[in-house]
Amino acid sequence: MTSFSRALGAEFAKLGTTRLWWVLAAVMFGYIALLAGGLSALFAGIESGAISPDAAGTGSQGLAGFGSLPPLIYSFASSVGYVFPVLLGTLATTGEFRHQTLTPTFLANPRRAQVLGAKTIALFVVGAVFGVVALLASVGVGALVINAFDVDPLLADSATWALIGRTVLAMAIWSTIGVGLGVLVHSQVASIVIVLAFTQFVEPLLRFASLFTDVTRGIGNYLPGAASDALVGASFFTLAAPGGTPAALLEWWQGGLVLLAYMLAATVIGYAVSWKRDVT
Amino acid sequence: MPVGAVIEFSNITKTFGNVTAVDNLSFTVEPGRVTGFLGPNGAGKTTTLRMLLGLVAPTSGTATIDGIRYRDLPRPLQTVGAALEAASFHPGRSARNHLAVYAIAAGLPSARIDAVLHTVGLGAHGAQRVGGFSLGMRQRLGLAFTLLGDPGVLVLDEPINGLDPEGIKWIRGFLRTMADEGRTVLVSSHLLSEVQQSVDDVIIIADGALVHRGTLSSLETEAAPRILVDSPDRTALEAALSQAGIEFSTGRTGLFAAAPDPALIGHIAFSAGVELSALHRERKGLEEAFLALVNGHANGNGGESR
Repeated sequence: MTSFSRALGAEFAKLGTTRLWWVLAAVMFGYIALLAGGLSALFAGIESGAISPDAAGTGSQGLAGFGSLPPLIYSFASSVGYVFPVLLGTLATTGEFRHQTLTPTFLANPRRAQVLGAKTIALFVVGAVFGVVALLASVGVGALVINAFDVDPLLADSATWALIGRTVLAMAIWSTIGVGLGVLVHSQVASIVIVLAFTQFVEPLLRFASLFTDVTRGIGNYLPGAASDALVGASFFTLAAPGGTPAALLEWWQGGLVLLAYMLAATVIGYAVSWKRDVT
Repeated sequence: MPVGAVIEFSNITKTFGNVTAVDNLSFTVEPGRVTGFLGPNGAGKTTTLRMLLGLVAPTSGTATIDGIRYRDLPRPLQTVGAALEAASFHPGRSARNHLAVYAIAAGLPSARIDAVLHTVGLGAHGAQRVGGFSLGMRQRLGLAFTLLGDPGVLVLDEPINGLDPEGIKWIRGFLRTMADEGRTVLVSSHLLSEVQQSVDDVIIIADGALVHRGTLSSLETEAAPRILVDSPDRTALEAALSQAGIEFSTGRTGLFAAAPDPALIGHIAFSAGVELSALHRERKGLEEAFLALVNGHANGNGGESR
């Protein structure tokens, strides 16, 4: 085994030997399943009752301005669930500082950049698993409920499967953004507060505010949450656009690159300001 | 059998802002011996050890193992085993999984995990979460981590802290065995009495600077030693000592004579025809010598000239 594959194995072992990942995954599944199931029932109910079921599947006539219902529900996996992989990455990283496990980690492998690289890749993979779990909740539960109201869940549509694939990618990147944030902040409490305040309050407010003028709207597209929605290709957030016109997001690949840029910036700065510092 | 290597500190200095934690320290640690690294709390012992292990970057100078910096060791855990003072465990991980993480990182077979858990007496607690461990059990798990790679060099920071008497006895035997097998054993403590039964050599620092290095017995003769002497006729003894020009003070159990050799005092008494009831080196000599060195430095009497 090369030293990098050993480092990667150790990072997977760290994740696998504590309860953090499955507790977070379980809470995420429940949260998304509840939202996706509840809102599917609400919207599909309106749609199937008010309009003929044939028209519902095409979406655009069904919920004017809302976009098609199934992709909207399915995208909850990332648009609502992304905070969970961020927390996973952040807690996995700040835990090393909090429990002083950086000492044995760096004793076993003094190549610190390699350790951080291995941690990022391990969290990318587990973040992708979180994406799959989140989709089991949003698509699994959502499609069942939508189907129950005789609305087409669009599961045979290739666009749906493209959305599912890009959601897995988005969740994986979010997990590595968590690692970058954790290295940057290295205080567990502070990083949890930052993640929750930013994702649940600050960013939604900024995105909403940015929609009022064309200039700020362009800037708002580069906020991490907006970039993530662009990557996935659907978001309930666009429902909130003032004047009823959904905000034009970046192209999906642009959104992906913006997310990667956030991850790289946080990780590289975090490496310089805390990861390679003295461990006392 | 792992081979011990020479640890060498060369003009190593560490400053934190305006504070000099370690001040131009140079010494070597030899294989096959137990070396005590002593000094009061805050003397810079832990910082020095962390510099050796690549965890803290020296401001200047180098620390090497067999001539190689820790960060450049091709197989660090197989070369150096370290147990540092801070409890570095995730409380939710079992003892076995804690070791497994680092065994994987170092490319060690998982059979080593059971072997070292057994060695430190935690064989029955491998599946238990570390969060429920007592301080003594954590110390033992820390030692298990040091032994994981069967290294030739052991670096232990305050390993006796928090151990019960049985544990202390065990670790003394453990240190001896490791050194007798040819390993290099460097063990820090703020109490000489804690390690004096186990160490061959001592390195003493105070305020980040070296104040003494040598064998344990060299410590005894370096600091002005005192001889405890007593007689049924103490007045005659006092007169004899005064006449011979030996300074002394009167203690509860006899006279403390400022002389290097008990034979000299015996000769003086014999010549004066004074009967002796006690004649030996002061028993607490080592600890007092240690404290004198450390305090002498703190009072400005020691320093780099030593």
